[in-house]
Amino acid sequence: MPKIWSYNAGLECAEPEIVEKETDILLVGGGMAACGAAVEAVRWAKPHGLRIILCDKAAMERSGAVAQGLSAINTYIGENTPDDYVRMVRCDLMGIVREDLSFDVGRHVDDTVHCFEEWGLPIWKKDPNTGKTLDGAEAKAKGLTLKGGAQPVRSGRWQIMINGESYKVIVAEAAKNALEGYENAEIIERCFIVRPLLDANEPNRCAGAVGFSVRENKVFIIKANAVLVSTGGAVNIFRPRSIGEGKGRAWYPVWNPGSGYAMCAQAGAKLVLMENRFVPTRFKDGYGPVGAWFLLFKARATNAFGEDYLQKNKEELKKFVPYSEASVIGTCLRNHAMLLEMEVGRGPIFIHTEWALEEAAKKMDKKEFKQYIAEAWEDFLDMTVSQAGLWACLNVEPEKAPSEIMPSEPYLLGSHAGCAGAWCCGPDEDWVPEEYKAPWKEIGLYNRMTTVKGLFCAGDTVGACGHKFSSGAHVEGRIAAKAMVKFCLDNKDYKPTPKENPEDLKKEIYDPWYRFEQYKNTSTHYEVNPNYLLPRQVQDRLMKLMDEYVAGASTFYKTNKIMLERGLELLKMLKEDMELTAARDLHELMRAYENRHRVWTAEAHLLHILFREETRYPGYFYRTDFPNLDEANWRCFTLSSYNSETKEWTLETYPYVQIIPDPLGP
Amino acid sequence: MPSYVNPEKCDGCKGGDKTVCMYICPNDLMILDPEAMKAYNQEPDQCWECYSCVKSCPQGAISVRHYADFAPLNGTCQPMRGTTDIMWTVKFRNGAVLRFKYPIRTTPEGSADPTVGGKEPDPGLINTNQLFTEAVDGKEPVKPKEVLNKKFEVGALGKTLKIKTA
Repeated sequence: MPKIWSYNAGLECAEPEIVEKETDILLVGGGMAACGAAVEAVRWAKPHGLRIILCDKAAMERSGAVAQGLSAINTYIGENTPDDYVRMVRCDLMGIVREDLSFDVGRHVDDTVHCFEEWGLPIWKKDPNTGKTLDGAEAKAKGLTLKGGAQPVRSGRWQIMINGESYKVIVAEAAKNALEGYENAEIIERCFIVRPLLDANEPNRCAGAVGFSVRENKVFIIKANAVLVSTGGAVNIFRPRSIGEGKGRAWYPVWNPGSGYAMCAQAGAKLVLMENRFVPTRFKDGYGPVGAWFLLFKARATNAFGEDYLQKNKEELKKFVPYSEASVIGTCLRNHAMLLEMEVGRGPIFIHTEWALEEAAKKMDKKEFKQYIAEAWEDFLDMTVSQAGLWACLNVEPEKAPSEIMPSEPYLLGSHAGCAGAWCCGPDEDWVPEEYKAPWKEIGLYNRMTTVKGLFCAGDTVGACGHKFSSGAHVEGRIAAKAMVKFCLDNKDYKPTPKENPEDLKKEIYDPWYRFEQYKNTSTHYEVNPNYLLPRQVQDRLMKLMDEYVAGASTFYKTNKIMLERGLELLKMLKEDMELTAARDLHELMRAYENRHRVWTAEAHLLHILFREETRYPGYFYRTDFPNLDEANWRCFTLSSYNSETKEWTLETYPYVQIIPDPLGP
Repeated sequence: MPSYVNPEKCDGCKGGDKTVCMYICPNDLMILDPEAMKAYNQEPDQCWECYSCVKSCPQGAISVRHYADFAPLNGTCQPMRGTTDIMWTVKFRNGAVLRFKYPIRTTPEGSADPTVGGKEPDPGLINTNQLFTEAVDGKEPVKPKEVLNKKFEVGALGKTLKIKTA
């Protein structure tokens, strides 16, 4: 082959082998939710001999959003009540959440945190004698445990501090031990599940899922009675602020391409609040966490001139009463005030680490202060090493100089401070209103089941149930897994029969590689070819159009009906071109499907923003043609579903029912 | 280029059963060139700098050169991860050095017991809302203290939109 046709291929594609498997329970994903599901599923499945398969796109030890570690667990109820937890979630998410789902997380989540501690996660404690902070190892040496009644170190009302570098390693270890210790379970790592399989005989019934190995040329066709989609949020759908190497430094993990939202949509499951997004304000560029700095170290943020932007924009924020006057002002409203300052040119916004540490130093001796500084660095080193690296590169000493903070590009997620995702069933109990049961009356009320029979969600993929974070995602996986076991027992005679035959599925899945092989010699450069797009090119076009038309950072998160409709036209053409993606190797085949998932997620996001004619989440995005919050008309859910026969999306509204009485916030 | 491999130290994990960085990378970036027997990051602009490869490389061959978009050269964070602690060396661009040590786990590697104590839940409790640990402990999940169940009758109820996108 002459040099002009050469390229540096990764693991090469070849004609794939078809691997067919059948199971009762299929867990898609390997992050916190999937690990929770594995641990729970095995315990209940074992007495009945039910089979379990877990497919992770990566290696469980370091997969998902917690791969790098975390410095805090953001949901631990402790001395609070689940009722107040629901109030906090609904207030921060501007009044529209499924309170049954959030309550369910809140009442079980501490149990899961106690499991983490038992498995070896170091959790900071207050020394019962001195009241001073003990790190997780010191606390363990003193025999202090949460379950035994020891006090954690709270950074905020709901957050507890941990030494969490190995958080995911520990949680994955328990999940792997559960599956490996059960003869009817199997773990398939580096298996990327790309779409659900629907049943040929029973309408609206999930029959399994199909995917492929990113290590060997194998297409996996997995028939299942119950499938859990626990795959993480959606990242780099919008053009990020850093467009070179820094594209990888997304705030949420760059490997989360919205697979769960896409797969639910493809199955015909209803999605909810897909207009919701999260625009985290973080340390500029490195995206280091601000939570501990604001809550634990009591840092203040100002505009360029030292002014408190929340105070300064108090009158403007009154437009968003009651959310602006709750005990803790909503995250999006804090963004809103910051953006107002940036737009009129009073940026940059600074977080004054130096003031906070100066205050702290007054109350400490030298040794204590040194430890305090180490804790501040640990916050980054546990979960966002890049930010520590950036400080080192910029010679920033936090005790001497402030740092810039900035709102990032938008992300979609259902576990952190956002609530996009699938419309799922909650617990079937007497306190749950009829409205939250009716959609499942026909197919069965199974906790965390979507509106497609046999298709379940947990973690980032469950909509209208945000602020779960790592611990909440894990416990939601457990909740879903138990319901899935019950579902399998109730549907024992079901024989999954996918609509497509294996040979056709193989051709469909490997289409990007076949396309590459067919056309690779029609241009002297593999990256510029009129017959196909490479996955990266699909993503570049998506990120540009989402940024420009769908309220990205470059328009200060603003859009309107005409912009959205123009964006939709362009997105339609991208969706057509996406079918012409080519992949040169297994890595690129993975990227091809990730970007298809991104495009599906983006489409749902755009349509929901178009449908909701108000500005519900100022600071995250604005409809400039409907610039106000409209409680009288829009305090309701928005649902969407895709019909694969007619290729049509249907958007509808659905009533919000307040379960937990006022006050709005805790 | 986010994570990068020092060719003098990388031996392609030739003595092991797997190429460790390739096994662990959450984004499928690290890959072995079997001819050179060296690993490399095949898509640096998709690197999260999560340090999974850096922490796990048995030869200590992997480091990070932070994102060229915004990070001036010569600041580094290098970890040494043991079984109970991690040590970090943070070197500043101006030459200053900080060292930190933090605990990472309080139990021996591999010991996480998924049953949390060895007792199995009563299979008959499958119809309850108890998770297995709660079932074992006989703990009853709480219900809301007070239930309002107020449906919001808002103007947009009944509104629909149908759109063909393909």
